[in-house]
Amino acid sequence: MSDDQDMMLELIKEHASKVMSAVPWAQALGLQLTGIEKGRAFARVPWREDLVGNPETGVIHGGVLTALLDNLCGVCINTVLTEPKSMATLDLRIDYMRPAEKGRDILAEAECYHVTRNVAFTHAWAYHETREEVIATAAGTFALNDISRWASGNEAVEMVSKILGNKS
Amino acid sequence: MTARLKEVQALLERTPFARYLGMRCEMQDDEMIAILPFQDKFIGNRAINALHGGCTGAFLELTAMAGVFLQSDMPRPPKPINITIDYLRSAKGGEDLYATAIVHKLGRRMASVRAEAWQGEREKPVTALQAHFLVPQDS
Repeated sequence: MSDDQDMMLELIKEHASKVMSAVPWAQALGLQLTGIEKGRAFARVPWREDLVGNPETGVIHGGVLTALLDNLCGVCINTVLTEPKSMATLDLRIDYMRPAEKGRDILAEAECYHVTRNVAFTHAWAYHETREEVIATAAGTFALNDISRWASGNEAVEMVSKILGNKS
Repeated sequence: MTARLKEVQALLERTPFARYLGMRCEMQDDEMIAILPFQDKFIGNRAINALHGGCTGAFLELTAMAGVFLQSDMPRPPKPINITIDYLRSAKGGEDLYATAIVHKLGRRMASVRAEAWQGEREKPVTALQAHFLVPQDS
């Protein structure tokens, strides 16, 4: 457990509100980051009429969950890196366990369970209130690239990059 | 096929999230092509001008669903069981997305379908999706 890793985590926490607001599609869908720990990230998406996939039932479309889980997996990887890296989703698998209920917030949680120099492995869950009421699960694999190739619109992570860069 | 395409289009028009995306479907040489005209809100990374993976993923899931619906006579749309998305290349902001779906199997209960999205060159897909759908039983 290095100091750099803790510093990345602390800085991402400090600027948590910017982590998703800097991403237009996350902003458009109303994704909210609600918590960060080492290796984990939590988020919420409130129910909205225009996100509905089935007008008869009012169920939120799976595509909203795709964005939510993909984005949250990316955020949780940042909490375990010792230096900022660029990140690209390689693949994302989503299993739809049960439909989300009309009018209810969807919560989500992502976990980065293994990371190598080039690849990060994640799991994620979308649910109502608790993980007992799981809506969808996800497995995502991400390619990590060196900071030299890195460019991101993510202000919080850019700030971490600057501070860590200045330090060394 | 043309009559059924009208039903696919009507389905997309009454699906709020498909309207929010602004996608549409057309027939080109006996093939259904889904089109997603670019909007600023689709961006996932401003600095490298890339679309959000969740946006291309949603577009492909709807394309796959439309593909299954088109090739069947089911009264209601199929429900997704699972999807696997391969991100092959970065999808660029400012350019429209196109996609097609190939239905590998349409059984009585399950459908297996692949959808691919591209921007400039069709031979260079940006994202591919493999999905399983549950076929509605009350037909």
